[in-house]
Amino acid sequence: MKYALYTGCVAKGAGRELLVSAKLACEKLGIELVEMTDAACCGAGVIGEDNPIVADMLNARTFALAEEQGLDIMNICTTCQGVHRKAQRKLDGDADYKARVNAELAKDCGREYKGSVTVRHFYEILLQDYGLEKLKEKVVQPLEGIKVGAFYGCYASRPPEASDLEDPDDPDELEKLIEALGATPVEYDERLKCCGFPIIMANKKNSLQLSGNAIVSAKDAGADIMATPCPLCHLNLDAYQPEINSRVGQRLDMPILHIPQLVALALGVPKSELRLKTHIVRPTGTLAP
Amino acid sequence: MASSKVTFRIQRFDPEKDEAPRDQDFQLELEPGITILKALNKIQAELDPTLALRYSCGSAICGSCAMKVNGHARLVCKTQVSDCVKDGVLRVGPMGNLRVLKDLVVDMEPFWDSLDKVKPYLAPDPAQAAPEKERLQSPEEFLRIDPSTTCILCGACYSDCNVLEVDKSFVGPASLAKAHRFIFDSRDAETTERLRKISEKTGVWDCTHCGECSTRCPTEAKPLERIEEIRVKAMTEGHHGNAGARHVLGFRETVGRRGLLDENYLPARSVGFFNIPGLLSIIPVGLRMMKRRKNPPLRPHSIDKVDEVKKTFARFEELRK
Ligand code: SF4
Ligand code: SF4
Ligand code: FES
Repeated sequence: MKYALYTGCVAKGAGRELLVSAKLACEKLGIELVEMTDAACCGAGVIGEDNPIVADMLNARTFALAEEQGLDIMNICTTCQGVHRKAQRKLDGDADYKARVNAELAKDCGREYKGSVTVRHFYEILLQDYGLEKLKEKVVQPLEGIKVGAFYGCYASRPPEASDLEDPDDPDELEKLIEALGATPVEYDERLKCCGFPIIMANKKNSLQLSGNAIVSAKDAGADIMATPCPLCHLNLDAYQPEINSRVGQRLDMPILHIPQLVALALGVPKSELRLKTHIVRPTGTLAP
Repeated sequence: MASSKVTFRIQRFDPEKDEAPRDQDFQLELEPGITILKALNKIQAELDPTLALRYSCGSAICGSCAMKVNGHARLVCKTQVSDCVKDGVLRVGPMGNLRVLKDLVVDMEPFWDSLDKVKPYLAPDPAQAAPEKERLQSPEEFLRIDPSTTCILCGACYSDCNVLEVDKSFVGPASLAKAHRFIFDSRDAETTERLRKISEKTGVWDCTHCGECSTRCPTEAKPLERIEEIRVKAMTEGHHGNAGARHVLGFRETVGRRGLLDENYLPARSVGFFNIPGLLSIIPVGLRMMKRRKNPPLRPHSIDKVDEVKKTFARFEELRK
């Protein structure tokens, strides 16, 4: 198994622990990764709300780069994944538009998106290509006794047309993954809600309240930690937790792990290599860094 | 297909009797191919005449039968029971973000009020004499507003909007779809004023992009797509004096320079470089991240072959056409 690893911006910036953990987890699983050091930002939906064709060109270029290597893409951010999937659907569904995007792309870099690449998130690849049974065999450090609330965020399940989840309205894929790692999944009301990251600059109060509601909901359901496939959710839920505490009027102390960190832990990667110390809310107990 | 047994778990609430909402189970033997509305009618007719619900057309036109099915807003007249049964159970409750009057009936007043905020009617140029008959537009002009005109005001988007859950002053998805309908109407003369107003607080930039509105919308109105179109137009026409638009500009600048986002630059750009209280408010989180070595590298790096991307950004305005 070999994939082109699309890092996105956060795993290269404020969430470097994610990149490290995804690579270490894949190494343990025997999944080969080629980091796409020449791929640009997916636009995160933001460039698309300014100039849609520029956003589509950025993503068509990324797809073309992977196609040139003959590899499918692995994402480690659900926002990147959602934006990629949306761009791909738009291009694949409209031959005239795709031709226009390719013509503009040819002017700037001489590349062409042909339409042969598959783009999926790390966890989707684990579930679909690798298989949970095989993953279970590789678990050497089962996360026994740890109650994990999966936080899906928005892009994993919405829009449903672009989601790989079997039932986007009531998914259980991350819970199954958590179970395969030996931990105990905890279901809670807000697991499919928005973390508020997109409006942290435009409306901080609302953004923090959204994050706060999510953490309180997970905590009330008994979660020891939360785990998310989206580093933007991680940033809002973790880096802003002191502000969130004041907003919701309680000290939440909720560690927010990246899904690849959780996988790497169960595969026996030493905690010290997963940069858990860089989290604003460090995990405690057996997961304490 | 044979008939099947389904448990309807319905949220009941009568403000005159109940302190809090409670769930009540009804067992039904159902023929295949039946809608949830028909099943609720059957419960009302055969099991409990006090069950309150709202409906009219029965064919996804009037927009009155939106309620939550398994936790998500849907038109029950358009939804098959068989598509929603999980382990023999189907949950029904009232829409969210609106006060429950009784059982499945909510007070729609705040929803109607939210529409009023966007001046939901045509404002033609007063300098032009009114035409003798109707105001015409070409088929191409109509196509731009075709999706937003399909809204049936059911409120499903309003019910599930994540921002409305935390802030009722947000104008909301249906209103933004309605605003789109006039901003993009070739016969409307107040486009600039509408864009200016919608760019203010509680407007188009307060949407957090959760995608619930478009997911729940039973028509082609799809509010999030309309919100994206409004934002593109606001950006194109220079409505940049707000944090949302500044965030977009910052994004454009840093990705256009390095191919990746510079997370050190963007927050300051978004709150505004001259907004001192705003800048002070982002310092604690920055320091906190620095202390944990979580902050983005201070010297941001670029992608390989960044010139390819720079060329695209150099043609930013040209590519808009
Ligand atoms: S995408 Fe925006 S308007 Fe639509 S439901 Fe989410 S926050 Fe509300
Ligand atoms: S936009 Fe869609 S979901 Fe919202 S009120 Fe209109 S039809 Fe209903
Ligand atoms: S009853 Fe009219 S839309 Fe459902």
